[in-house]
Amino acid sequence: MPDSNRRNFLVRALAGAGTLSLSGCYNLSQTQWWPKVLDSAENVSRVAQRFFAGRNALAQEFTKADISPLFKANGATDPASPSYKAMAAKGFVDWRIPVYGLVDRPLNLSIADLRRLPSRTQITRHDCVEGWSCIGEWKGAPLRTVLALAKPKTNARYVVFHCADTQADVDGNPDESTDVHYYESLDLVEATHPQTILAYEMNGAPLAIPHGAPLRLRAERQLGYKMAKYVNGIELVESFEHIGGGKGGYWEDQGYTWWAGI
Amino acid sequence: MPRSAILEHTPLAEIARRWNAWQARRRDGARQKKIFYRHSVAVRVTHWANAIVLAVMLMSGLQIFNAHPALYWGAASDFYHPIVWLHAEQQPDGSLKGITQIGTHEFTTTGILGASNMNGARVERGFPSWITLPGPQWLAMGRLWHFFFAWLFVINGAAFAAYALWSGHFRRDLLPTEKDVKHIPQEIADHARLRFAKGEAARHYNALQKIAYFLVIFGLGPLIVLTGLTMSPTMDAAFPILPWIFGGRQSARTIHFLCAFSFLGFFIVHIVMVVLSGTWNNLRSMITGEYAIVPAEGDRA
Repeated sequence: MPDSNRRNFLVRALAGAGTLSLSGCYNLSQTQWWPKVLDSAENVSRVAQRFFAGRNALAQEFTKADISPLFKANGATDPASPSYKAMAAKGFVDWRIPVYGLVDRPLNLSIADLRRLPSRTQITRHDCVEGWSCIGEWKGAPLRTVLALAKPKTNARYVVFHCADTQADVDGNPDESTDVHYYESLDLVEATHPQTILAYEMNGAPLAIPHGAPLRLRAERQLGYKMAKYVNGIELVESFEHIGGGKGGYWEDQGYTWWAGI
Repeated sequence: MPRSAILEHTPLAEIARRWNAWQARRRDGARQKKIFYRHSVAVRVTHWANAIVLAVMLMSGLQIFNAHPALYWGAASDFYHPIVWLHAEQQPDGSLKGITQIGTHEFTTTGILGASNMNGARVERGFPSWITLPGPQWLAMGRLWHFFFAWLFVINGAAFAAYALWSGHFRRDLLPTEKDVKHIPQEIADHARLRFAKGEAARHYNALQKIAYFLVIFGLGPLIVLTGLTMSPTMDAAFPILPWIFGGRQSARTIHFLCAFSFLGFFIVHIVMVVLSGTWNNLRSMITGEYAIVPAEGDRA
């Protein structure tokens, strides 16, 4: 029966092609070149999203009634370094956030300094790259205010946030390097967005340790991984090529896209 | 034929001869079987491009879903009340039990949902590795695939829609008419008895086909794109109407998921109908464009 033979052949060919294309996709994912091809869409998405969102389109703000009863804390939730523990024990009074790099007026801010600046309070939705969302109230100093004080040089293009938590803290594996610190970066458009704040309060209380005490970044038009916790340094750079793995952030160095608007 | 004299004995010439012979056989066959040109090249190209793109979108989408295999309703995730939650529970004997929770009901789905085998070992994961892209848990890579192919999906879909509107394919073949709507009960009865159109009637999509294609292409397609965009925090800032329409980002994510499985459901029905109404004829019409019509009784040959 040639017809059923042909059919059997086709079914087997399809199954074979399916298996091949599955492992093919996996093998493609592990090449150097294919992820770069896929990643070309990142720039297209960024340009398109920036075109629509512009500089100042605001993320939705919610009411107190919308605040999530359980706000998930991802990544590092309790930095283990002795220096962090010591700072936490003293209520972070010794915490300093130097603002340095391509600025005309380097700063060295304490949390009290930040609290003295005009504040912004916003109830926003936090979108994790994993897919979940939580709503929380954040109070902090607009980053644009801090940047205006530091006076970025004209060649400054990115704001890099250095953090106290390490790879071991983030993935919970104590064998991991404690030299690799979390870091993130925003370009100046996102950094000077009105809702981009250095938050020291969450839901009306000083920021708790799982959420990045004493200071975390809020960039409300981006995914959660952009919003660095335990921020202990703000550096203005022209390029982040020589920082960390060179991709502009801890997760970016592990293959996540720098543009986190999607 | 001087231009081919040199090439007469090359493999290329042999291929050309066979091609010509095949074309001739097809022409002869066409005269007997009443073959007509059913699908334009634009329809065929966008159809197969879409098939590949949708497969990648579904599988990379499930990879992304596996990063947090739960669905919610509203703006935010109410972790205490998921609509769907795929997870695993450690059994007293140490094995993992896969659980699919829908609302407050729990179903054991070990091996497929919640817990399945990865390289021979049972692990907790939402969807099994044979349907995610890439197979292992790798969210960053799944996102790269998904957002690259999302652009292809939109470009391909827009190209098809533009062609369909411009060529009249939309108005002629896809837009359900009043007559189609009246035909629905008859069509359902015919489909249930697996009686398919013959003769002249087979030249056109039937009412159920039209409605299915119309809803999938112009309903489901845009809906899955819009709910996808609603998951983007930047797009929500640019277009606050998006989360408003869908009842929040998490609702949009749930609808996006339902859309994906609606596509899968459509695909399964589509394949079943292709097989039932003549696999080779249908397949050929989507490859070469040619569709053979079986004359209906009473049709003049």
